[in-house]
Amino acid sequence: MGKEYIDYDNIVVEMKGIVKKFGDFTANDHIDLTVHKGEVHALLGENGAGKSTLMNVLYGFYESTEGEIFVNGEKLTDHSPTNSIAKGIGMVHQHFMLVQNFTVAENIVLGNEPVKGKGLMDREQAIKEVRELSERYGLYVEPEAKIQDISVGMQQRVEILKTLYRGAEILILDEPTAVLTPQEIEELIDIIHNLVKEGKTIIIITHKLNEVKSACDYCTIIRRGVRIDTVDVDDVSQKDLAEKMVGRSVEFKVEKEELEAGDLILKVEDLHVRDNRNIQKVKGLNLEVYQGEILGVAGVDGNGQSEFLEAINGLRDVESGKITAGGVDITYAKPKDVNESGVVIIPEDRQKRGLVLDFNLAENFILQKFKKNPFASERGILADDEIYKYGERLIKEFDIRPPKVKQLAGELSGGNQQKVVIAREISNVHDLLIAVQPTRGLDVGAIEYVHKSLVEERNKGRGVLLISFELDEIMGMSDRIAVIYEGEIVKVFKAGEATEKEIGLLMAGGEANE
Amino acid sequence: MSKKKSTLTIILFSVLIGFLAGGIILKLAGYRPLETYLVMLKGIFGSPKFMSYSILKATPLILTGLSVMFAFRTGLFNIGAEGQFIVGAITAAMLGYYLHLPYVIHPLVILLIATFVGGLWGGLAGFFKARFGVNEVISTIMLNWVAFYLSNFVVTIESFVKRINVSYSIQPTASIRILGEWKTSDAGRAWLMEHPVLFDMFKSQVNVGVIIAILAVVISGFILNKTTLGYSLKAVGYNKYAAEFGGIDVKRNMFTSMFIAGSISGLAGGIQVLGISHNLSTLAAMEGFGFDGIAVALMGANTPIGCLLSGLFFGALKYGGSKIQTPPINAPSETVNIMVGIIVLFISMPKLIDVLKKSIAARKKVK
Repeated sequence: MGKEYIDYDNIVVEMKGIVKKFGDFTANDHIDLTVHKGEVHALLGENGAGKSTLMNVLYGFYESTEGEIFVNGEKLTDHSPTNSIAKGIGMVHQHFMLVQNFTVAENIVLGNEPVKGKGLMDREQAIKEVRELSERYGLYVEPEAKIQDISVGMQQRVEILKTLYRGAEILILDEPTAVLTPQEIEELIDIIHNLVKEGKTIIIITHKLNEVKSACDYCTIIRRGVRIDTVDVDDVSQKDLAEKMVGRSVEFKVEKEELEAGDLILKVEDLHVRDNRNIQKVKGLNLEVYQGEILGVAGVDGNGQSEFLEAINGLRDVESGKITAGGVDITYAKPKDVNESGVVIIPEDRQKRGLVLDFNLAENFILQKFKKNPFASERGILADDEIYKYGERLIKEFDIRPPKVKQLAGELSGGNQQKVVIAREISNVHDLLIAVQPTRGLDVGAIEYVHKSLVEERNKGRGVLLISFELDEIMGMSDRIAVIYEGEIVKVFKAGEATEKEIGLLMAGGEANE
Repeated sequence: MSKKKSTLTIILFSVLIGFLAGGIILKLAGYRPLETYLVMLKGIFGSPKFMSYSILKATPLILTGLSVMFAFRTGLFNIGAEGQFIVGAITAAMLGYYLHLPYVIHPLVILLIATFVGGLWGGLAGFFKARFGVNEVISTIMLNWVAFYLSNFVVTIESFVKRINVSYSIQPTASIRILGEWKTSDAGRAWLMEHPVLFDMFKSQVNVGVIIAILAVVISGFILNKTTLGYSLKAVGYNKYAAEFGGIDVKRNMFTSMFIAGSISGLAGGIQVLGISHNLSTLAAMEGFGFDGIAVALMGANTPIGCLLSGLFFGALKYGGSKIQTPPINAPSETVNIMVGIIVLFISMPKLIDVLKKSIAARKKVK
């Protein structure tokens, strides 16, 4: 991103020697940060590196243990989110904080509603103001739509408008692309461009290297609470950034040898599935997965992937069609039977579906087999010895950190939580592994690990079905690529047969050969 | 570990606040708080009789506390302990009167059936939740009223009612009191006279209820922590989506959990009739054993052993609290209810304690 809007004489944020401790744990260790007006500054680091903590200190959510903060040259004392807003700092959180059944305009003006007469909210004025704001910054929203009815991308724009409405000059965006589709990411980058043009300053918390390259001017890298470096983004490659972030060199592409595909392991025929609102989301889906291959399903979120997976899993009723795994009909099978027929699944949301966060690691590992020998007797008494021995084994085998079987799953980092899920699933007897968004929200090191695990599974002659919204991931991993659009597989390619552009077009509902 | 510690801190802190607030209220109302508390304390520990009364008061609370806790561990809020208690009591009173069985066997049979009936009452709410998605809070509240009026109806059945509003007592064979008849016989009296401590203790309706309650605590702990049933119940309680994904039948577990919760409250009702009241009488209002169970479970941090301790605490407080009504204090015993309310309030908002800590720390800084 060009640096033409940066005013180098005008330092808007200066953090000096920030230390933040939680008990014995030092989340931020003497971090300095300087941001100029009109700059897009990335805070890059792995999960748990301390970048969100630093921003929460800046925003006033946390009080720093040591250090000073200057905003527009003025030292902040007695800091809180309320006076952050007064000082022109706005924050857009990773998890949006919107009232679902309020309209866009209502959400934006919430807390500062324009009024008419005595305490009556002036709806028309609110809508008008929101419209003006949205046009000025090129942030397209529908002021009268309800939050629950709009896309995630638009919800994010509402969050940004909310901070602008409150007069924010400095915007902190926490992992802004985590929930966006490729197109929405591009739109967001345009929005960021518009904002700096209007004289705003932006700080982006991220662990995605390509975003740093495509959207930011400067980048401060944080590793384990320590500032490693601040660099001009134009001077460094993605590989340099990754090394600074992880502390060692990282392989982006997983090497994999050629492999003959084996027998058919999963066959889906003319599948129809409805979602919770009774709308048909999977409409005549056909798919085949063979042993010894990774079949990647490329598609934009919301094209029936979740419903498709839940139908295989047995969590959602199939309206019509047939699913066969290893010759066994599992169309109407329950989750337990699906698992026992040799299908293991790494679910999309590890915290919701994947793990019981309040169980410890050993307890999580036995989620599907706690009733089975040797973990329980026939009378239903748990064998703690066996459970913890098994836990120790998996923790060692999969290098889960910290290596404590009695640690609660909720206390682990995202990457290690995902390792727990992977460890549990591929330690179950299986012929087919289904992974949905397996690297969502993970840092580079953990992504590398997940990708290697998938390739290993394939090399062992198992079938791997990879469903992901990240086209890069699909392109890099798959032996064959199936494109899903509106609940149907519109085309299947062999790896290398199609370009990213062609697949991208199909994902958006276009025709392949024009 | 640290989580456990902080829970304990919060509980002890809340108890402290409860006593402080009770003291302030007493003071405002013109009583002397320290003296009142002293009378209360003496009323609990002053004699063997007082102590045994405290335990008798605590017994049903330990059980209803366990009941609420059990449902809570599966993520369900059992407001219906009251109703489950009542149907257990009805079962015990009727079987105790109509059924003729030998000693020991009679109460055993009755308690088993009362447990089962309580289980059905709770299970019904679990079934409604699993089958029709009815919120268990609503259905258990409704079932409380059904049980309440059922009980009052039973006390109008011609063959069961002794005099107006009171049913016949259970057969002597059904009682679970210790030394029930012997205590009042000549030989018994003579013997007890020689043993003043026991004599004093047995002035109350000493019964085996508390032993059953302790057994229930142990069994609940075992089920929750050592069995596959406990594992699946907890998995559903902590995260029903992950449990479902792992192949655990969430709906069946909701029923099971509510059935077990109900059965423990039913047992409590049975013990109360066989051990203390020996009959049913028309209720003007709910007695509150089940509702107090919610407080007991909360204060017991939703653990079986915690329910035992907090049940004893509440039982003693209730009994000791009744002593402050008489001269020379003449304070209203409702003070105790205020204290319990405040304790529960503070336990339910651990965040508040964080805020208090922070503001205290901030004030120190200023100084």
